[in-house]
Amino acid sequence: MPDTHSPALRSNQPADAHAAVYRYDEFDKTFIFERVEQFRAQVERRIKGEITEEEFKPIRLMNGLYLQLHAYMLRVAVPYGMLSSTQVRRLARIARVYDKGYGHFTTRQNIQFNWPKLEDVPAILHELAEVDMHAIQTSGNCIRNVTTDQFCGAAADELVDPRVYAEILRQWSTLHPEFTYLPRKFKIAITGSPNDRAAVQVHDIGLIAKKDEVTGRVGFTVYVGGGQGRTPYLAVKARDFVPVEEIIGYLEAILRVYNQLGRRDNIYKARIKITVNEMGPAKFLGLIEEEYARLPRQKFHVDPAIVDAIQTHFAAPPWADLPAVSESFEAAKQADPAFARWTRTNLTAHKTQGYAIATISLKPIGGIPGDAESSQLETVADLADLYSFGEVRVTHEQNLVLAHVRQDDLYALWQALDKAGLGTANAGLISDIIACPGLDYCALANTRAIPVAQRIAERFADLDRQHDLGELKIKISGCINACGHHHVGHIGILGVDKKGEEFFQILLGGDAGTNAALGEIVGPGFDYDGIIDAVEVVVNTFVKLRQPGEIFIKTLARTGHAPFKEALYARA
Amino acid sequence: MLVKAKGTQQSVAASRLLDGEAVWLGTGNIWVEDVALAAVFDGADAIAEALCFAKAEEKRQVVVDVYPLDVEITDQGTRPTHLRERLKGIGPTVRRDLGKQARQPTA
Repeated sequence: MPDTHSPALRSNQPADAHAAVYRYDEFDKTFIFERVEQFRAQVERRIKGEITEEEFKPIRLMNGLYLQLHAYMLRVAVPYGMLSSTQVRRLARIARVYDKGYGHFTTRQNIQFNWPKLEDVPAILHELAEVDMHAIQTSGNCIRNVTTDQFCGAAADELVDPRVYAEILRQWSTLHPEFTYLPRKFKIAITGSPNDRAAVQVHDIGLIAKKDEVTGRVGFTVYVGGGQGRTPYLAVKARDFVPVEEIIGYLEAILRVYNQLGRRDNIYKARIKITVNEMGPAKFLGLIEEEYARLPRQKFHVDPAIVDAIQTHFAAPPWADLPAVSESFEAAKQADPAFARWTRTNLTAHKTQGYAIATISLKPIGGIPGDAESSQLETVADLADLYSFGEVRVTHEQNLVLAHVRQDDLYALWQALDKAGLGTANAGLISDIIACPGLDYCALANTRAIPVAQRIAERFADLDRQHDLGELKIKISGCINACGHHHVGHIGILGVDKKGEEFFQILLGGDAGTNAALGEIVGPGFDYDGIIDAVEVVVNTFVKLRQPGEIFIKTLARTGHAPFKEALYARA
Repeated sequence: MLVKAKGTQQSVAASRLLDGEAVWLGTGNIWVEDVALAAVFDGADAIAEALCFAKAEEKRQVVVDVYPLDVEITDQGTRPTHLRERLKGIGPTVRRDLGKQARQPTA
């Protein structure tokens, strides 16, 4: 075993004893195993013909089981993106034993298996339950898995740990009798710092932590009615500040209004964003306030004792007292330019001296965004045990994170990652692309998305070129449902079916961050071969126009779309 | 997204209940795993009759998600006209080692 600073490993505790995941109590365990047995019986009844597919479909969806183009697909919840190394190893085992040796991480911080057999799914769910995992609330018209900032508990700019409130929301929403059959699915994202790393403004409800400068109280700015899909909207601000102890009550009021007024006559108009914008934000927000005023506040008051109890699950690991500068880290950067390059893109400042947050790219050049082989998952689990308290996070950008790595350990970590094909120095760069599964897997898609991402990454394979371009986020969707977040890509790509052929529209100027914006379609689409050249034209235009140190989105904001449009279409 | 079949020559696609495998209705009302072997139904009556059998197979817990698709007859057998259905017949283009395309031809 390599040298490790892990206190758990040195004291014979489980290596992930300090991983910040919610650990089930007896109530949780009983519930989840009962749910598995309930689904096992439902599957048996379906196979025997005692229930029809029409009856079974909503049941399987409530347990994360879809039917896709080539096979069933099981979507497993990764609550707010947090995993222990034990859980990661179990996911690797499930992929190897029941699937085809890999999993796919999604933009909702979940993982999907693309090839399970129906008759195996109860066994898979049982294996998940053994490690405090499940597939509930990953489908259906319910409150889905709450997503959050992948740097929570480690970021220097954090005001409140979003995992605590994400878990409270999970417990509030699971089997909530009013909110199990909403007009449509409902997605909540939380970021615990003023800097949005969870794309909150394109969620049904988005929460951004805020501190009241006068009282010192911590709470959230609440946004409502955002979303992507065929009708994208940025969320509107419902309240500038809701104290943390009132957040459940306020969200209950929002959900009640939506549940009552959301459209059930048209699936394409059933999301809360449509309700808000058809009614007008002012009227909708007024109804929320009326409902909130009616609610028995005390019933929904978040009990500090509950907060404290949940907080213990996310307690900070036993960080060591380290010097601010690691001599070995600095020396390694000097000695190995490839490592130095990785540190420039894949490390984020940690709030504790001597540590760093490491992003593990699941976007090797030419690879499938978000895919990880079983062996890679096991490598990540091992490295998490050695270097990051046995904890792994999933990002909504389809990467993984080790949040608490000693600077002293970074070089060894990167060498091991690189050996496993996980050390690409491209976080936030042009090849760090979000792509939906597209027509390679998805029954709803119109076009492929993954091979477009692969070919763009290959076109820009030169990492020196990528680093020179700086931050540039490309997001690709294979249909208007926008699972690849194309509306908020600096360069968004939307696949459309044009008389049976794949065509791709380019959107420019989207942003999923604190300055959230929806991209605009720049002009007519391009065919499967032409889209890669078109992206390169956009990028080359940026290079000609940029000022020193300027990133793509800033140049675009300064120049407008006209020069890019001219470059793309003038030659036609 | 599923494209509505409108042509005069159609086949019938489905997924097998137990494992989700894509299958097509073949000659003699046998479900086949190779789209090239899918039976081609010519004209509205023949298509309706095939769909009627396939729906009954749904009720017998053999298949799910039955639908018709436009096809053409080629030297290599039945070929879906739409890209979605052609991909369903081979597997993910980004993983040539998976799906039907990865299988050894049967002797």
